[in-house]
Amino acid sequence: MKEQLAKIRTEALAALESVKDAAALDELRVKYLGKKGELTAVLKQMGKLTAEERPAMGALANEVRAAVEAAVDAASEKLAEAALSLKLKAETVDVTIPGKTPQLGHKHPMYMALDEIKDIFVGMGFTVLDGPEIELASYNFDKLNAEEGHPSRDWSDTFYFDEGSRVMLRSQTSPMQVRAMETMELPIRIIAPGRVYRKDEVDATHSPMFHQVEGMVIDKNVTMADLKGTLNLLAEELFGKGTVTRFRPHHFPFTEPSCEMDVQCHKCGGAGCPTCKGEGWIELLGAGMIHPRVLEMSGIDPNEWSGWAFGMGLERTAMRRFKIADLRLIFENDVRFLEQF
Amino acid sequence: MNLSREWLNEFVNVTADQKEFAEAMTLSGSKVETTATEGEEIKNVVVGQVKSLERHPDSDHMWICQVDVGAGDPIQIVTGAQNLCEGDFVPAALDDSTLPGGVHITAGKLRGVESNGMLCSLKELGLTIHDFPYAIEDGIFVLSRDPELAGKLTPGADIREAISFHDQVVEFEITPNRPDCLSVIGLAREASATFGAPLKLHTPVVKGGADGNLAELLDVETPAADLVPRYTARMVRNVKIAPSPLWMRQRLRAMGVRPINNIVDITNYVMLEYGQPMHAFDYRYVKGGKIIVRRAEEGEKLTTLDSKEHTLTGSHLVIADESRAVGLAGIMGGENSEIVDDTADVVFESACFDGTTIRKGALALGMRTEASAKFEKGLDPMNTLPAVDRACELVELLGAGEVVDGVIDILNFVPQPTVLTLEPDKINALLGTDVAAADMVDILKKLDFAVKGDQVTVPSWRGDVRRMADLAEEVARFYGYNNIPTTLMRGQTTLGGYSPEQQVERQSGAACRALGFDEIITYSFISPTYYDKIRWPQDAQRRKSFKILNPLGEDTSIMRTTTLPSMLEILTRNYNFRNKSAKLYEVGRTYTPGGKDGLAIESKYLTLGAYGEDMDFFALKGAVEAILKELRCENISFVAVTENPSYHPGRCAAVWAGGQVLGVLGQLHPLVAKNYDVDTELYAAELSLAALMDAKGADPVYTPLPKFPAVTRDIAVVCDLAVTVGALEDCIARGARGLLKEVTLFDIYTGAPIPEGKKSVAFNLTLRADDRSLTAEEADADVRAILELLEKELEAILR
Repeated sequence: MKEQLAKIRTEALAALESVKDAAALDELRVKYLGKKGELTAVLKQMGKLTAEERPAMGALANEVRAAVEAAVDAASEKLAEAALSLKLKAETVDVTIPGKTPQLGHKHPMYMALDEIKDIFVGMGFTVLDGPEIELASYNFDKLNAEEGHPSRDWSDTFYFDEGSRVMLRSQTSPMQVRAMETMELPIRIIAPGRVYRKDEVDATHSPMFHQVEGMVIDKNVTMADLKGTLNLLAEELFGKGTVTRFRPHHFPFTEPSCEMDVQCHKCGGAGCPTCKGEGWIELLGAGMIHPRVLEMSGIDPNEWSGWAFGMGLERTAMRRFKIADLRLIFENDVRFLEQF
Repeated sequence: MNLSREWLNEFVNVTADQKEFAEAMTLSGSKVETTATEGEEIKNVVVGQVKSLERHPDSDHMWICQVDVGAGDPIQIVTGAQNLCEGDFVPAALDDSTLPGGVHITAGKLRGVESNGMLCSLKELGLTIHDFPYAIEDGIFVLSRDPELAGKLTPGADIREAISFHDQVVEFEITPNRPDCLSVIGLAREASATFGAPLKLHTPVVKGGADGNLAELLDVETPAADLVPRYTARMVRNVKIAPSPLWMRQRLRAMGVRPINNIVDITNYVMLEYGQPMHAFDYRYVKGGKIIVRRAEEGEKLTTLDSKEHTLTGSHLVIADESRAVGLAGIMGGENSEIVDDTADVVFESACFDGTTIRKGALALGMRTEASAKFEKGLDPMNTLPAVDRACELVELLGAGEVVDGVIDILNFVPQPTVLTLEPDKINALLGTDVAAADMVDILKKLDFAVKGDQVTVPSWRGDVRRMADLAEEVARFYGYNNIPTTLMRGQTTLGGYSPEQQVERQSGAACRALGFDEIITYSFISPTYYDKIRWPQDAQRRKSFKILNPLGEDTSIMRTTTLPSMLEILTRNYNFRNKSAKLYEVGRTYTPGGKDGLAIESKYLTLGAYGEDMDFFALKGAVEAILKELRCENISFVAVTENPSYHPGRCAAVWAGGQVLGVLGQLHPLVAKNYDVDTELYAAELSLAALMDAKGADPVYTPLPKFPAVTRDIAVVCDLAVTVGALEDCIARGARGLLKEVTLFDIYTGAPIPEGKKSVAFNLTLRADDRSLTAEEADADVRAILELLEKELEAILR
């Protein structure tokens, strides 16, 4: 009997070692461990043993059963592993096949530039203002110190709705300076983006409608040095750290001193190239200290308060950012253009 | 404004090269646009002397010339010109030379005869007969026939030196507040202050002494005194009209003015030098010796120097004699008093006219001239006298005539100098600088401001300087804008941010992009015919639009009261570009009459537009629903709209949030698509941003997740085709007894075995209690109640 058990053990372990599939494994399990299996058959002979022999033989039989059971489990695990690896192999995909992309929409490049500018100024405590595009000439011109006779008031330059030149399409976002001064509590920090209109025929650099963003600060002890510091920060945010700027004297009726800010040409680094028309610099915006007369007209005492303001064209900024060569693309809205951004 | 560096150097010695000069002037406030050097395209062209000429053996018009070009033996050049003689000095373009316009000259053969270059005409050098009046246009430029060049010519000399065609020219953009800089002297003053080089001004000296008494010869009246601050005039007799000398022609050319004759050139020369427009009349046509500066009579006619006849109005200012107008004051002289070859006596006018009158007059007549462009900015009345003296001085210098003693000078307005107090602390406080008071004084003095103690007297030509801030700009310009420190803002902090409307705009825009819609920008102005294209009735109230009185064109002549045609235009454009599909959105304004102060009511709309394979009513509706969900709008319902003329009567809905309409969406009416020549279904949605803002839900509040399982039941009911899913859903919601959590449509079926005129609609119902597990019986009781109501109200029977 001892020999029988040893034989079962040897045979079973050898068979299980080389089992090929789940069915064969099951067969072996039944063959050795089943109710009518070989081990059971041997155990049935236990009755023939003496009382002294039984415990030792019982222990041996249990040991053989345990060994065979462990071998069955091991074989089963091995088979499962093999099956899984086969399955995974069958499921292998070609990872270079294009993904299933949900079609996302795109922000217009002009608004990308604008949103960036808004975020920069909102972060500095500026309020974003909206205002009318159909505007009173008194806001667009008079209260900005552009007197009767200023060339930009001509009908050849500005769109009007009445013979008296009272109501017009704003030609700049600057009337928002006046509207803010008239309605807001001091101190004021605003930006006012929006559409402006000038009587320019459409070409690669002109459009009768375009966008500007106006910025204004009025507070006590505001200086031109603050203006420069803030606008330098803007240039760095827009065009990258280390962007070199320069300020040139200029003239606007509603600022004094007035300036324009240039950014050093990103292409040639200031040496002069076709992008900057050989100048080494590209004009970015106009700015200045708010003219004391403008403050006075809006009821603010220039001896107590001072301020600065700037205005910049957004299409031009976007065109520079994204190297768009023709302004007409901005308003054409071809999806093949829009989807590049 | 072009500037000749050579002319500038007469007043201030600046040796900086062009680039350095441009940069320094730009940074001190005189913006340089371009720089150039005359004749810079001309290379390897020299003075040559024709030693001999012989006929070309194989040509009846060509000549073979032996030309001395200053280097060894004469070289042979073949020419087709007929105006050469032996001994003539000519421009000779040598082998491998260049001429204006990128022309490259090399040695070669002309009809078999060797030619080692080309003899040049004026035109080939980029010049005209106006620059060299002794030359001819169709022939070689014979240098030696110009009395001023003859005798100074050496074979082999660079042609640009020989004819003094090498001036450096700088083009400035002068801002309208600085008309004084529209002159050589004005720019010289700026250059002097910029480079720290002394300004050398010159006081004109007139000998005079011509026959006659000015007071007897000429009488000037200014009845329009309010428009004529100053009128100054002098007279020149026995004028000999001739070309002006080379140096004067050269300077005029460099500044972009065409030389004509000595008298006209003198007026232009003085205008460029002093910035004071001048005019010369032929005295014999000034009837009665009387000059009257008056407003034109209504309908008065005048033909100007450019031979154009104008009909004038009372708002024009004219120079007249006793009987008629002889010039448009400050704009252009009259043809009837023009300087001609036999002009003998000349009146020089040097006046100051009202800027606005000149500007409006020039604009109304469509003839903005160099003179009017200066006058309209408001000129310095103190400049008229030195200018007219300078003109007379030049007449004497050129030997062009004899100047009559005396000046007629009518001063209707005596300008008072502006005196300001210099407040260095305030200037530094404005600039954020620490400039010493003495340095400020130095800067101002360099610009000819008179400073005594803290009192600053502004020079008469600086009408733009009126208060402290203006002085601060002068200080800043020469202290250097780029030397002003950069600081960040201090002071009270403000809480910035976006308004609620702007937040809705940003949020809905983000939702649109997440849904695959691209953002567009459209013009706010449209053509009135666009309302026809979207089939608005002729009498529709919404057609009432703001109308631009001076539009660029009909296409952009009214302010839109709807964003729909703008969107349709872009959809059409994309369709025409053969883009297979497009999904677009814009947040744009409409402009409706009736706002405050006669302005518009400007309302923002979120407009969606789409076409393409995946687009249909429900795709668009789904997008709108998603946007509304993103904004957490509640109680949304869609109501069929059959009457909107722009939309398909069966595929259009108004979208409501509770009792408020948010907008409209649907397929565009096929006739609208046809109006745009689009052969596909177009879809659009127009949502009012103000309404979206109102309907926007509050911030979300967390609801506990369900603790108990739900029971689901599917029901399919058969009802009339006309019964809407919305009505069925509404009925289901009301029929349930509080356990129903969700209703989802999953099938609509028509056809056998469903009877004709009926449809089967299937829903999946989710029922759940918040405090216990539902029993099947409870769920079934609710479903039964729902079915009863469906049957009762809508005759919808369980299938």
